[in-house]
Amino acid sequence: MNYLIIIIGAILVNNIVLMQFLGICPFLGVSKKISTAIGMGGAVAFVLVLATIVTYLIQNYILNTLGLAYLQTIVFILIIAALVQMVEIILKKVSPPMYQALGIFLPLITTNCAILGVALLTIQKEFNLVEGVVFAISNAIGFALALVIFAGIREHIETQNVPKGLQGTPIALIAAGILAMAFMGFSGLV
Amino acid sequence: MNQWKNFTKGFIKENPIFVLVLGMCPTLGVTSSAMNGLGMGLATTFVLVMANIVISMVKSFIPEKVRIPSFIVIIAAFVTVVQLMMQAYVPALYKSLGLFIPLIVVNCIVLGRAEAFASKNGILSSAIDGLSIGLGFSFALVLLGGIREILGSGKIFNIALYSENYVSLIFVLAPGAFIVLGYLIAFINQIRKS
Repeated sequence: MNYLIIIIGAILVNNIVLMQFLGICPFLGVSKKISTAIGMGGAVAFVLVLATIVTYLIQNYILNTLGLAYLQTIVFILIIAALVQMVEIILKKVSPPMYQALGIFLPLITTNCAILGVALLTIQKEFNLVEGVVFAISNAIGFALALVIFAGIREHIETQNVPKGLQGTPIALIAAGILAMAFMGFSGLV
Repeated sequence: MNQWKNFTKGFIKENPIFVLVLGMCPTLGVTSSAMNGLGMGLATTFVLVMANIVISMVKSFIPEKVRIPSFIVIIAAFVTVVQLMMQAYVPALYKSLGLFIPLIVVNCIVLGRAEAFASKNGILSSAIDGLSIGLGFSFALVLLGGIREILGSGKIFNIALYSENYVSLIFVLAPGAFIVLGYLIAFINQIRKS
């Protein structure tokens, strides 16, 4: 039951992009086509879950035991940067087709606040490791969901006659606002 | 004159939010009131100025290949300084900004200025560049936060302007952030064109 609350809470009620405003840059940047949105969603999911596990272990077994909790921000961002680099190298070697699909998104992920945000939230909410993993996976799904829905909307906007001043970023932001309003309907679900 | 131009560019011409559309996460996340926007803006300004100064000082010692990771470590160090200072002296503001303080580290504006400006220019110009972009960012955050606060809770900097019976709560909630910023960018684009 506890896990169900975490999952629904992270995907729908407190959607990471639309309600918590994490990962807005890729949300606006790579959401022009559904296919790239799916690629980005996959790459983020992969790194997000991996980063949450590693940062959780480092925080609890190294930083806390040595009394170095104040180094959290520096250590976490370095881990994420190293992890992204490592994933890139391994993917290139092990699965070239997957590298082809996700490769261009990987460098962008280091500065995606969703990754660092979820890693920090997992520590803040004092989850155990299993809950942390479930939380990370749910957030990854939430991110991908928001990205793909939004890409679908933007593909439609492309074909519409948008007033001149609102073309580009403004209309995208307003559409995102309306999407966020739709997601507000889920509040109170958990 | 040149430094003056360097200083004024951040407000409208190269405003990080309205023109370059960078650093969207804190922009949308913390601007439920003008005060939060100001706090976030000044914290980011401090990090920008300090990181720009240090990076322009050490730029010739950093090998090209590890440039970005080194910049991130320098930025993260100053973010930790801000985080600890705010926790100690303005705990209420620290609490309401929450997660977004450590997330200054991944704010594209800071890394962007380090890469595009501080790694190529002298100390004074880099400091002024950081100040200019930082204050431009703060200006945008206060404007956005102010509009949302006026429409959503009928106040500005916590001073009541009109009765709460007439407010529309949606503007302080998540959707309002997207919608107000969308119209604000459209408005600024229009001004810049004419």
